[in-house]
Amino acid sequence: MAEPRIIRNRRVLPGFRLTLAWTLAYLAVVVVVPLSTIFFKTATLSGREFWAAVSSARTLAALRLSFGAALAAAAVNAIMGFIVAWTLVRYEFPARRLVDAMVDLPFALPTSVAGITLTALYASGGWVGRWFDLIDFKIAFAPPGVVVALVFVGLPFVVRTVQPVVEELDPELEEAAATLGASRAQTFVRVTAPALLPALLAGFALAFARGLGEYGSVVFISGNMPMRTEVAPLLIMSKLEQFDYAGATAIAIVMLGLSFALLLVVNLLGHSSGRRLAA
Amino acid sequence: MFENFGWLSTRDNSVARPARADPPVVQFALTATALGFLGLFLFLPVVAVFAKALEKGLGPYLAAISSEEALAAVRLTLLTAAIAVPLNVAFGVAAAWAIARFDFRGKQALITLIDLPFSVSPVISGLLFVLLLGVHTPIGGALAAHGIRIIFAEPAIVLATIFVTFPIAARELIPVMQASGRDEEEAAVVLGARGWQTFFRVTLPNVKWGILYGTVLTSARAMGEFGAVSVVSGHIRGLTNTMPLYVEILYDDYQFAPAFAVASLLTLLSLATLLLKHALAARIESATPRQRPESDARMAA
Repeated sequence: MAEPRIIRNRRVLPGFRLTLAWTLAYLAVVVVVPLSTIFFKTATLSGREFWAAVSSARTLAALRLSFGAALAAAAVNAIMGFIVAWTLVRYEFPARRLVDAMVDLPFALPTSVAGITLTALYASGGWVGRWFDLIDFKIAFAPPGVVVALVFVGLPFVVRTVQPVVEELDPELEEAAATLGASRAQTFVRVTAPALLPALLAGFALAFARGLGEYGSVVFISGNMPMRTEVAPLLIMSKLEQFDYAGATAIAIVMLGLSFALLLVVNLLGHSSGRRLAA
Repeated sequence: MFENFGWLSTRDNSVARPARADPPVVQFALTATALGFLGLFLFLPVVAVFAKALEKGLGPYLAAISSEEALAAVRLTLLTAAIAVPLNVAFGVAAAWAIARFDFRGKQALITLIDLPFSVSPVISGLLFVLLLGVHTPIGGALAAHGIRIIFAEPAIVLATIFVTFPIAARELIPVMQASGRDEEEAAVVLGARGWQTFFRVTLPNVKWGILYGTVLTSARAMGEFGAVSVVSGHIRGLTNTMPLYVEILYDDYQFAPAFAVASLLTLLSLATLLLKHALAARIESATPRQRPESDARMAA
């Protein structure tokens, strides 16, 4: 028997150069070249131009709304997504498999469809909106509408990140806690919750990142009033429509930086939760 | 233990594992909260799409989805998917082969780069192509001088769609190929099979459900993308509209029933996607018991 390592070093399997070359070439053409344009474009902006675009009152208002609404929606999703994941894994109820499959709907439904539908439901007089009319609370065409749209698009991120971790929780940990005299609530707080926390945070960060960049579903429900209900991606869009490429690029680069930072956080969390499971 | 609660029993046989069972009150409260929330946010919108689409009756509904402009939008949507999906699935297979079958330096960096389009906002994805190929740029200007329009025309829609759906197939195929292992293929090669024989006779049967899974997810996203395509399309009615864009045009034109009629087609498409996805995931799980298709959450929609 030859050592597996020797076999691998000599690469018994063919096609390494072909597939890697194809992968790198396609990656370069489709992703790296387009993405690099935005950095080149940013490099051509003067510091003052960049600062003017990023620090204008309208931009700040848009960034604040995007940030705040994405944060609020991710928080709602962290709580509700955890409850959904827990319920789907631990409890039996009618049509559980159907409900499980439906959780991915926001991934599959085009955002423009989600946008017009949520607007119809939550606008004043809509199926849901009419109940809020009673207390004079406006959802669509106001900031809460943005949060509603972002809750919709972000939900599967939390559920699908937390669900596998709940499935793989070692039953013996909870049983050991119970045997040692912990109440069910104590077991949850001391044993279960710490094990789920990394996944929950990763799901939160993914939902937050998605919310920051979301355009399609928000553009219909928000009303798009500058300074009030205009989100950052929409501001990029309107700068583009006025051929203000410099301004659009400046805002885009700020948002890209934020998303990449969040991606980094998710990877770090994924790494640590992976180690925890392996241990 | 909780027979009198009927359907409210803990899965994972609560009798055998009483320590894991939550109190019935907690079970009821959590289940009710979860179902209420999902009902409000997932089921109600689906019902609303069809209710709004059929508000004016079946005749106007059929007229709306068979109008010339609607059919043009369907055609462009299908054409875009027909170009983007094979390219990205082929890339996914190549990338999964290189990454799952060989060890090389920089593999992790490569995976991160492949994932990158997931973390780019749709509007920024579109902006990239405007900056790269718009008429004011060197490339776009040269092409425009020869009468070739890319931005605000079909080619840009296809390019933006390829960018947005780029990681999906690769992301699904890499874990599937890793789980199937390289032993069988190494055996085939040692026994004298040539490269393509090994791929078609050994690899493909092992990962075919994974390829189909990646194809379904990529197609769904390719046909449903809105933001990126919206930036580069230029909104020319009847000319450069995909179905999601056409929904917006109708809606902004206050033609609500027709907008929801076209939206209902897209909703049916996504419901079919969910069913297929679920069925295929079960297949993959039974084919490769150690690993389920990973990273649903990363599949930023």
